[in-house]
Amino acid sequence: MIAGARLGVPRWILVVAAVGALFVLLPLVAMALRVDWAHFVPLITSPSSVDALLLSLRTSLVATAGCLVLGIPMAIVLARVPFAGQRVVRAIVLLPLVLPPVVGGLALLALYGRRGLLGGALDVAFSTPAVVIAQTFVALPFLVLSLEGALRSAGERYEAVAATLGARPSAVLFRVTLPLVLPAVVSGAILSFARALGEFGATLTFAGSLQGVTRTLPLEIYLQRETDPDAAVALSLVLVAVAIAVVAVAHGAGERVQPWRARRRSAISTARTAA
Amino acid sequence: MSLQIEASQAERDVSVDLTVAAGETLAVLGPNGAGKSTVLGMLAGLIRPDRGRATLGDEVLFDLPGAWLPPHRRGVALLAQDALLFPHLTVRANVAFGPRATGASRAEAASRADEWLRRTGTRAFADRRPSELSGGQAQRVAVARALAAEPSLLLLDEPLSALDVSVAAEVRGTLADVLTGRTTVLVTHDALDAYLLADRVAVMHDGRVVEEGPTRQVLERPRHPFTAELSGLTLLRGVRTAEGLRTDDGMQVRAGDAVAPAVGSPALAAVRPSAVRLVAPDDVAARSADASIPATVTALEPQADLVRVRTDRLDALVPPAVVADLRLHLGARVALHVPADAVTLYPA
Repeated sequence: MIAGARLGVPRWILVVAAVGALFVLLPLVAMALRVDWAHFVPLITSPSSVDALLLSLRTSLVATAGCLVLGIPMAIVLARVPFAGQRVVRAIVLLPLVLPPVVGGLALLALYGRRGLLGGALDVAFSTPAVVIAQTFVALPFLVLSLEGALRSAGERYEAVAATLGARPSAVLFRVTLPLVLPAVVSGAILSFARALGEFGATLTFAGSLQGVTRTLPLEIYLQRETDPDAAVALSLVLVAVAIAVVAVAHGAGERVQPWRARRRSAISTARTAA
Repeated sequence: MSLQIEASQAERDVSVDLTVAAGETLAVLGPNGAGKSTVLGMLAGLIRPDRGRATLGDEVLFDLPGAWLPPHRRGVALLAQDALLFPHLTVRANVAFGPRATGASRAEAASRADEWLRRTGTRAFADRRPSELSGGQAQRVAVARALAAEPSLLLLDEPLSALDVSVAAEVRGTLADVLTGRTTVLVTHDALDAYLLADRVAVMHDGRVVEEGPTRQVLERPRHPFTAELSGLTLLRGVRTAEGLRTDDGMQVRAGDAVAPAVGSPALAAVRPSAVRLVAPDDVAARSADASIPATVTALEPQADLVRVRTDRLDALVPPAVVADLRLHLGARVALHVPADAVTLYPA
């Protein structure tokens, strides 16, 4: 039995919690009610919509890969290598999480832009790579944060055993450390993907809005809102559906990629029941 | 391969000097916090001493400040209290981990794993996940995994203390089989493990080795109170008399066959608490040839189906009924009768 169920929580807590749930749900319901279902398919399959959707999926996937490549080593260093100024470094890494995306876009422009710090040596502004850079920039902290926490709570005991069995550090990483935190890697990657998919401010500032090149789905929705509100609502619903799917997958990820966890949990609860 | 370590670590206040001959098992005994696990950590390469040197055969494990061999190049396998089987791998893949990590082919690693699973009686579980094993099964698989890595030195850190008593006996049997002829350091706080598994013991206290020697000699003729405590004995220090021993505070005990030092020279006596009899202080009828030693109860500790009655003089191990009959409580006065065959006398 759950402790909370026995002790009971104050009734008013349930009421406020229900209000909170409606606060999140009702706007989405309202939007779904405004969808012009008769023209739904034509609206979301117009050339500009399809361009935007495909561009969004492509760039978000590449950005997620970028987050994994950069974020896994960052999380490992933060969780496993003690060094001076670690807290400062962690705060900086997490900065894009709290930074207004427009500011992030301006910062990227200041570095990579034609008249940026790199002197236009890497002139990627207003191109598809710029979209990916902007998305990676804002999504990276999600992966680092969830993976660092998982690494810390997993501890180093299995890694120590692996080392004494003769495994070199790289082998320990690939055969023990990463498999053990795989659920966190997967859920972190899914969160990063979701954040990249929804990216708007940094993309618009740093990459602009060229159809098929930098105009991702959020940008397309914002643009359509002016000219064709019905299309904007229909496309929004597509994003909501993608977001719900992502959240569902992220929730289930832990169980699915790590079946032994589920089994162990059931073994423990069986033992408890028996006791 | 023989092992030598002489190292110290200031932060944990540990300083040791130990030698293990090739093929020998050394048990490191001591209370919690004595620094036993730190010594294992140093040998495994998981804890770095401030200074010192350790060699395993011809290999220098560390020579600090300076040389430091990382754990994966030492050939030193560590078996801890928890089996710590990798939860994402099958039992067979766990045991094959060491061979794979050191370059064996997939097939070769699998056959070595099966061989060790067979020798530890766990072959039947090869395709299971660790979460499907009982504690004793998991620990036997962990033994197989450690040995499949073909270590030059095996480190065991209280390998039985997390197991039920009956299961511990089973795993102890497995260990006794596989430790023969293998250079091993076994950390334990259980004298039984030392008796059954070790050729020699070293007793640690407060980060130092205080006593070292062949298992029976150290445990049956302890020289320090904590060694006596580990083997369940009471240690008395005093002077040899014609009959036995007189302690510094004037208590007399008789000893059986006195091979001990000359009368008048310093001596030690180990007393078996299970042979000490407790009687009421005024019980004249119970008086026997044994001297009656008046004492005050200082603690009552249940021990399996007996009670260890600690007094300001000697401990006695008695059935609970005796405690009830004598109405023993803290501060109660009793008389101790110590038969001569409960006392082992030896030079200080």
